[in-house]
Amino acid sequence: MNKYWALFITFFKIGSFTFGGGYAMIPLIEKEIVEKNNWMDHDEIIDIFAVSQSIPGAIAINTSTLVGYKIGGRIGALCATLGVILPSFCIIVIIATFFLKISESKEVEAVFLGINGAVILLIFFAARRMIISSVKSNLTIILFIMTVLIVTFTSISPIYLIILGGLIGALNYLVKKRKGAK
Amino acid sequence: MIYLELFISFFKIGLFSYGGGYAMIPLISSEIVKHQWLAEAEFIKIIGIAQMTPGPIAVNAATFVGYSTAGLLGALVSTLGVAMPSVLIIMLISKLFFEHNQHPLVKSIFKYIRPIIAGLVFASAIMIARTTIIVKANSLDEMPYFQVETILIMLVILVIYLKKKLHPIILITIAGLLGYMTMLI
Repeated sequence: MNKYWALFITFFKIGSFTFGGGYAMIPLIEKEIVEKNNWMDHDEIIDIFAVSQSIPGAIAINTSTLVGYKIGGRIGALCATLGVILPSFCIIVIIATFFLKISESKEVEAVFLGINGAVILLIFFAARRMIISSVKSNLTIILFIMTVLIVTFTSISPIYLIILGGLIGALNYLVKKRKGAK
Repeated sequence: MIYLELFISFFKIGLFSYGGGYAMIPLISSEIVKHQWLAEAEFIKIIGIAQMTPGPIAVNAATFVGYSTAGLLGALVSTLGVAMPSVLIIMLISKLFFEHNQHPLVKSIFKYIRPIIAGLVFASAIMIARTTIIVKANSLDEMPYFQVETILIMLVILVIYLKKKLHPIILITIAGLLGYMTMLI
Protein backbone atom coordinates (compact mmCIF):
# COMPACT_ATOMS: atom_id res chain seq x y z
CA MET A 1 0.00 0.00 0.00
CA ASN A 2 1.15 3.52 -0.78
CA LYS A 3 2.71 5.22 2.28
CA TYR A 4 0.65 8.39 1.95
CA TRP A 5 -2.58 6.48 1.61
CA ALA A 6 -1.63 4.33 4.62
CA LEU A 7 -1.00 7.51 6.66
CA PHE A 8 -4.31 9.02 5.60
CA ILE A 9 -6.28 5.87 6.47
CA THR A 10 -4.47 5.37 9.78
CA PHE A 11 -5.17 8.92 10.92
CA PHE A 12 -8.72 8.74 9.64
CA LYS A 13 -9.18 5.75 11.97
CA ILE A 14 -7.50 7.58 14.86
CA GLY A 15 -9.65 10.68 14.29
CA SER A 16 -12.82 8.59 14.21
CA PHE A 17 -12.17 7.04 17.62
CA THR A 18 -10.55 9.84 19.60
CA PHE A 19 -13.09 10.80 22.23
CA GLY A 20 -12.09 13.73 24.42
CA GLY A 21 -9.28 15.59 22.71
CA GLY A 22 -5.53 15.25 22.27
CA TYR A 23 -4.70 13.01 25.22
CA ALA A 24 -7.29 10.42 24.30
CA MET A 25 -5.43 10.05 21.01
CA ILE A 26 -2.24 8.65 22.58
CA PRO A 27 -3.38 5.04 23.06
CA LEU A 28 -4.62 4.92 19.46
CA ILE A 29 -1.42 6.47 18.10
CA GLU A 30 0.72 4.01 20.04
CA LYS A 31 -1.30 1.06 18.78
CA GLU A 32 -1.42 2.14 15.13
CA ILE A 33 1.92 3.92 14.64
CA VAL A 34 4.21 1.98 16.99
CA GLU A 35 2.77 -1.50 17.35
CA LYS A 36 0.91 -2.11 14.11
CA ASN A 37 2.91 -0.24 11.48
CA ASN A 38 6.29 0.02 13.27
CA TRP A 39 6.71 3.52 11.93
CA MET A 40 8.26 4.80 15.17
CA ASP A 41 9.18 3.63 18.66
CA HIS A 42 7.53 4.58 21.96
CA ASP A 43 10.12 7.18 22.95
CA GLU A 44 9.85 8.97 19.61
CA ILE A 45 6.09 9.26 20.11
CA ILE A 46 6.60 10.82 23.57
CA ASP A 47 9.07 13.33 22.09
CA ILE A 48 6.61 14.23 19.35
CA PHE A 49 3.99 14.70 22.02
CA ALA A 50 6.32 17.04 23.89
CA VAL A 51 6.81 19.14 20.76
CA SER A 52 3.04 19.08 20.06
CA GLN A 53 2.36 20.67 23.43
CA SER A 54 5.10 23.24 23.10
CA ILE A 55 3.78 24.83 19.92
CA PRO A 56 0.44 26.59 19.50
CA GLY A 57 -2.64 24.86 18.12
CA ALA A 58 -4.69 21.75 18.83
CA ILE A 59 -2.52 18.97 20.27
CA ALA A 60 -4.24 16.36 18.11
CA ILE A 61 -3.50 18.28 14.92
CA ASN A 62 0.09 19.02 15.96
CA THR A 63 0.71 15.38 16.80
CA SER A 64 -0.79 14.12 13.53
CA THR A 65 1.15 16.61 11.45
CA LEU A 66 4.44 15.79 13.19
CA VAL A 67 3.97 12.02 12.90
CA GLY A 68 2.98 12.42 9.25
CA TYR A 69 6.04 14.57 8.59
CA LYS A 70 8.39 12.10 10.24
CA ILE A 71 7.02 9.20 8.21
CA GLY A 72 6.31 10.83 4.87
CA GLY A 73 7.73 14.36 4.76
CA ARG A 74 5.55 17.31 3.85
CA ILE A 75 3.04 15.33 1.84
CA GLY A 76 2.89 12.79 4.66
CA ALA A 77 2.17 15.61 7.11
CA LEU A 78 -0.72 16.83 4.96
CA CYS A 79 -2.16 13.32 4.53
CA ALA A 80 -2.07 12.66 8.28
CA THR A 81 -3.62 16.03 9.12
CA LEU A 82 -6.40 15.69 6.55
CA GLY A 83 -7.01 12.14 7.79
CA VAL A 84 -7.47 13.21 11.40
CA ILE A 85 -9.65 16.22 10.51
CA LEU A 86 -11.98 14.60 7.99
CA PRO A 87 -14.02 12.32 10.29
CA SER A 88 -14.65 15.20 12.73
CA PHE A 89 -15.64 17.50 9.92
CA CYS A 90 -18.11 15.04 8.38
CA ILE A 91 -19.63 13.99 11.71
CA ILE A 92 -20.14 17.59 12.85
CA VAL A 93 -21.71 18.65 9.54
CA ILE A 94 -24.10 15.70 9.71
CA ILE A 95 -25.00 16.44 13.35
CA ALA A 96 -25.41 20.16 12.70
CA THR A 97 -27.69 19.42 9.76
CA PHE A 98 -29.87 16.65 11.12
CA PHE A 99 -29.40 15.87 14.80
CA LEU A 100 -28.95 19.05 16.75
CA LYS A 101 -30.80 17.39 19.61
CA ILE A 102 -28.40 14.45 19.73
CA SER A 103 -26.56 15.77 22.78
CA GLU A 104 -29.74 15.60 24.81
CA SER A 105 -30.77 12.07 23.86
CA LYS A 106 -30.85 9.41 26.57
CA GLU A 107 -29.24 6.83 24.26
CA VAL A 108 -26.18 8.95 23.57
CA GLU A 109 -25.81 9.71 27.25
CA ALA A 110 -25.88 5.98 28.05
CA VAL A 111 -23.32 5.11 25.36
CA PHE A 112 -20.96 7.72 26.84
CA LEU A 113 -21.27 6.19 30.31
CA GLY A 114 -19.32 3.31 28.77
CA ILE A 115 -17.02 5.17 26.37
CA ASN A 116 -15.82 7.46 29.19
CA GLY A 117 -14.81 4.44 31.25
CA ALA A 118 -12.78 2.93 28.40
CA VAL A 119 -11.13 6.24 27.55
CA ILE A 120 -10.01 6.81 31.17
CA LEU A 121 -8.49 3.32 31.32
CA LEU A 122 -6.76 3.63 27.96
CA ILE A 123 -5.17 6.94 28.96
CA PHE A 124 -3.99 5.40 32.25
CA PHE A 125 -2.43 2.51 30.31
CA ALA A 126 -0.68 4.99 28.00
CA ALA A 127 0.60 6.93 31.04
CA ARG A 128 1.85 3.67 32.57
CA ARG A 129 3.84 2.81 29.44
CA MET A 130 5.33 6.30 29.43
CA ILE A 131 6.26 6.09 33.12
CA ILE A 132 7.99 2.74 32.59
CA SER A 133 10.07 4.09 29.71
CA SER A 134 10.89 7.55 31.05
CA VAL A 135 10.71 7.69 34.85
CA LYS A 136 13.92 6.02 36.03
CA SER A 137 16.17 8.28 38.09
CA ASN A 138 15.34 10.22 41.27
CA LEU A 139 15.15 13.47 39.37
CA THR A 140 12.71 12.08 36.78
CA ILE A 141 10.52 10.68 39.58
CA ILE A 142 10.40 14.14 41.17
CA LEU A 143 9.56 15.77 37.82
CA PHE A 144 6.78 13.27 37.22
CA ILE A 145 5.15 13.66 40.65
CA MET A 146 5.53 17.44 40.54
CA THR A 147 3.81 17.58 37.15
CA VAL A 148 0.88 15.45 38.29
CA LEU A 149 0.37 17.58 41.41
CA ILE A 150 0.72 20.94 39.66
CA VAL A 151 -1.59 20.04 36.79
CA THR A 152 -4.19 18.47 39.08
CA PHE A 153 -4.31 21.17 41.72
CA THR A 154 -3.32 24.44 40.02
CA SER A 155 -4.09 26.15 36.74
CA ILE A 156 -0.44 26.72 35.81
CA SER A 157 0.04 26.04 32.10
CA PRO A 158 1.89 22.77 31.28
CA ILE A 159 4.08 24.69 28.85
CA TYR A 160 6.13 26.07 31.79
CA LEU A 161 6.69 22.57 33.11
CA ILE A 162 7.89 21.43 29.69
CA ILE A 163 10.28 24.41 29.52
CA LEU A 164 11.54 23.57 33.03
CA GLY A 165 12.20 19.95 32.00
CA GLY A 166 14.05 21.16 28.90
CA LEU A 167 16.21 23.53 30.97
CA ILE A 168 17.10 20.76 33.43
CA GLY A 169 18.03 18.52 30.51
CA ALA A 170 20.22 21.20 28.93
CA LEU A 171 21.91 21.98 32.26
CA ASN A 172 22.53 18.30 32.87
CA TYR A 173 24.20 17.99 29.45
CA LEU A 174 26.45 21.00 30.08
CA VAL A 175 27.50 19.77 33.53
CA LYS A 176 28.32 16.31 32.16
CA LYS A 177 30.23 17.80 29.26
CA ARG A 178 32.30 19.98 31.59
CA LYS A 179 33.04 16.97 33.82
CA GLY A 180 34.03 14.99 30.77
CA ALA A 181 36.36 17.75 29.59
CA LYS A 182 38.25 17.88 32.89
CA MET B 1 -16.92 38.87 3.79
CA ILE B 2 -18.11 36.30 6.29
CA TYR B 3 -15.91 33.46 4.97
CA LEU B 4 -12.75 35.53 5.18
CA GLU B 5 -13.70 36.74 8.66
CA LEU B 6 -14.28 33.18 9.84
CA PHE B 7 -11.00 32.03 8.33
CA ILE B 8 -9.02 34.85 9.93
CA SER B 9 -10.70 34.40 13.32
CA PHE B 10 -10.00 30.67 13.44
CA PHE B 11 -6.50 31.13 12.09
CA LYS B 12 -5.89 33.50 15.01
CA ILE B 13 -7.41 31.01 17.44
CA GLY B 14 -5.16 28.22 16.09
CA LEU B 15 -2.11 30.47 16.25
CA PHE B 16 -2.52 31.82 19.75
CA SER B 17 -3.81 28.90 21.79
CA TYR B 18 -1.41 26.82 23.84
CA GLY B 19 -2.48 23.60 25.44
CA GLY B 20 -4.92 22.13 22.96
CA GLY B 21 -8.64 22.23 22.31
CA TYR B 22 -9.83 23.06 25.82
CA ALA B 23 -7.57 26.11 25.92
CA MET B 24 -9.23 27.33 22.72
CA ILE B 25 -12.74 27.57 24.10
CA PRO B 26 -12.35 31.05 25.68
CA LEU B 27 -10.66 32.34 22.50
CA ILE B 28 -13.45 31.01 20.29
CA SER B 29 -16.02 32.50 22.64
CA SER B 30 -14.47 35.97 22.48
CA GLU B 31 -14.28 35.89 18.66
CA ILE B 32 -17.94 34.87 18.49
CA VAL B 33 -18.98 37.67 20.82
CA LYS B 34 -16.87 40.20 18.90
CA HIS B 35 -18.47 39.31 15.56
CA GLN B 36 -21.90 38.49 17.04
CA TRP B 37 -21.96 35.20 15.17
CA LEU B 38 -23.90 33.10 17.69
CA ALA B 39 -25.91 33.44 20.88
CA GLU B 40 -24.15 32.31 24.05
CA ALA B 41 -26.59 29.48 24.75
CA GLU B 42 -26.01 28.12 21.26
CA PHE B 43 -22.24 28.30 21.72
CA ILE B 44 -22.39 26.37 25.00
CA LYS B 45 -24.42 23.68 23.26
CA ILE B 46 -21.88 23.53 20.43
CA ILE B 47 -18.99 23.08 22.86
CA GLY B 48 -20.92 20.27 24.56
CA ILE B 49 -21.37 18.45 21.26
CA ALA B 50 -17.76 19.17 20.23
CA GLN B 51 -16.55 17.34 23.31
CA MET B 52 -18.81 14.36 22.76
CA THR B 53 -18.16 13.71 19.10
CA PRO B 54 -14.94 11.96 18.11
CA GLY B 55 -11.93 13.90 16.89
CA PRO B 56 -9.98 16.93 18.04
CA ILE B 57 -12.20 19.30 20.04
CA ALA B 58 -10.69 22.27 18.21
CA VAL B 59 -11.71 20.87 14.83
CA ASN B 60 -15.17 19.93 16.06
CA ALA B 61 -15.80 23.38 17.53
CA ALA B 62 -14.43 25.20 14.47
CA THR B 63 -16.51 23.09 12.07
CA PHE B 64 -19.64 23.56 14.14
CA VAL B 65 -19.29 27.32 14.66
CA GLY B 66 -18.44 27.79 10.97
CA TYR B 67 -21.41 25.70 9.89
CA SER B 68 -23.87 27.44 12.21
CA THR B 69 -22.63 30.84 11.08
CA ALA B 70 -22.23 30.39 7.34
CA GLY B 71 -23.13 26.86 6.21
CA LEU B 72 -20.88 24.22 4.66
CA LEU B 73 -18.37 26.66 3.19
CA GLY B 74 -18.21 28.43 6.54
CA ALA B 75 -17.44 25.09 8.21
CA LEU B 76 -14.69 24.41 5.67
CA VAL B 77 -12.89 27.76 6.00
CA SER B 78 -13.11 27.68 9.82
CA THR B 79 -11.66 24.18 10.02
CA LEU B 80 -8.87 25.01 7.59
CA GLY B 81 -8.24 28.21 9.53
CA VAL B 82 -7.85 26.47 12.88
CA ALA B 83 -5.57 23.73 11.49
CA MET B 84 -3.39 25.84 9.22
CA PRO B 85 -1.15 27.56 11.82
CA SER B 86 -0.21 24.15 13.25
CA VAL B 87 0.62 22.76 9.84
CA LEU B 88 2.66 25.82 8.83
CA ILE B 89 4.61 25.97 12.11
CA ILE B 90 5.37 22.26 11.96
CA MET B 91 6.52 22.49 8.34
CA LEU B 92 8.97 25.15 9.52
CA ILE B 93 10.28 23.41 12.64
CA SER B 94 10.10 19.68 11.86
CA LYS B 95 13.13 19.58 9.64
CA LEU B 96 15.13 21.21 12.42
CA PHE B 97 13.65 18.91 15.06
CA PHE B 98 14.09 15.62 13.20
CA GLU B 99 17.59 16.53 11.98
CA HIS B 100 18.92 17.34 15.43
CA ASN B 101 17.05 14.95 17.68
CA GLN B 102 20.06 12.62 17.87
CA HIS B 103 22.36 15.38 19.15
CA PRO B 104 23.34 14.66 22.79
CA LEU B 105 22.08 18.06 23.95
CA VAL B 106 18.64 17.52 22.38
CA LYS B 107 18.57 13.95 23.71
CA SER B 108 19.32 15.20 27.22
CA ILE B 109 16.60 17.87 26.95
CA PHE B 110 13.98 15.32 25.94
CA LYS B 111 15.13 12.85 28.57
CA TYR B 112 13.87 15.30 31.20
CA ILE B 113 10.80 16.44 29.27
CA ARG B 114 9.51 12.85 28.93
CA PRO B 115 8.66 12.35 32.64
CA ILE B 116 6.74 15.63 32.48
CA ILE B 117 4.74 14.43 29.48
CA ALA B 118 4.08 11.17 31.36
CA GLY B 119 2.84 13.33 34.26
CA LEU B 120 0.59 15.37 31.96
CA VAL B 121 -0.96 12.24 30.48
CA PHE B 122 -1.46 10.71 33.94
CA ALA B 123 -3.00 13.96 35.23
CA SER B 124 -5.33 14.14 32.23
CA ALA B 125 -6.58 10.63 33.00
CA ILE B 126 -7.25 11.76 36.58
CA MET B 127 -9.04 14.88 35.33
CA ILE B 128 -11.28 12.95 32.92
CA ALA B 129 -12.00 10.40 35.65
CA ARG B 130 -12.87 13.16 38.08
CA THR B 131 -15.28 14.90 35.73
CA THR B 132 -16.99 11.79 34.37
CA ILE B 133 -17.12 9.53 37.42
CA ILE B 134 -18.03 12.08 40.08
CA VAL B 135 -21.26 13.77 39.08
CA LYS B 136 -21.80 17.16 40.64
CA ALA B 137 -25.16 17.76 42.26
CA ASN B 138 -27.67 20.05 40.61
CA SER B 139 -28.55 21.82 43.83
CA LEU B 140 -26.97 22.43 47.22
CA ASP B 141 -29.21 19.91 49.03
CA GLU B 142 -28.05 17.09 46.78
CA MET B 143 -24.79 15.28 47.41
CA PRO B 144 -22.45 14.65 44.48
CA TYR B 145 -22.68 11.00 43.48
CA PHE B 146 -20.58 8.42 41.65
CA GLN B 147 -21.39 7.31 38.14
CA VAL B 148 -21.59 3.62 39.09
CA GLU B 149 -22.23 2.45 35.51
CA THR B 150 -18.98 4.00 34.30
CA ILE B 151 -16.99 2.44 37.15
CA LEU B 152 -18.46 -1.01 36.48
CA ILE B 153 -17.86 -0.79 32.73
CA MET B 154 -14.29 0.36 33.45
CA LEU B 155 -13.73 -2.78 35.53
CA VAL B 156 -15.17 -5.01 32.80
CA ILE B 157 -12.89 -3.38 30.20
CA LEU B 158 -9.92 -3.76 32.56
CA VAL B 159 -10.58 -7.49 32.91
CA ILE B 160 -10.93 -7.88 29.13
CA TYR B 161 -7.72 -5.92 28.56
CA LEU B 162 -5.74 -7.96 31.09
CA LYS B 163 -6.90 -11.19 29.42
CA LYS B 164 -6.40 -10.04 25.86
CA LYS B 165 -4.80 -6.82 24.66
CA LEU B 166 -7.48 -5.85 22.18
CA HIS B 167 -7.21 -2.80 19.91
CA PRO B 168 -8.31 0.42 21.69
CA ILE B 169 -11.00 0.92 19.02
CA ILE B 170 -12.53 -2.45 19.90
CA LEU B 171 -12.37 -1.69 23.64
CA ILE B 172 -14.05 1.70 23.11
CA THR B 173 -16.77 0.06 20.99
CA ILE B 174 -17.42 -2.67 23.59
CA ALA B 175 -17.61 -0.02 26.33
CA GLY B 176 -20.07 2.06 24.29
CA LEU B 177 -22.28 -1.01 23.74
CA LEU B 178 -22.16 -1.86 27.46
CA GLY B 179 -23.12 1.73 28.21
CA TYR B 180 -26.06 1.47 25.84
CA MET B 181 -27.13 -1.75 27.56
CA THR B 182 -27.31 0.02 30.94
CA MET B 183 -30.33 1.83 29.54
CA LEU B 184 -32.17 -1.43 28.92
CA ILE B 185 -31.70 -2.75 32.46
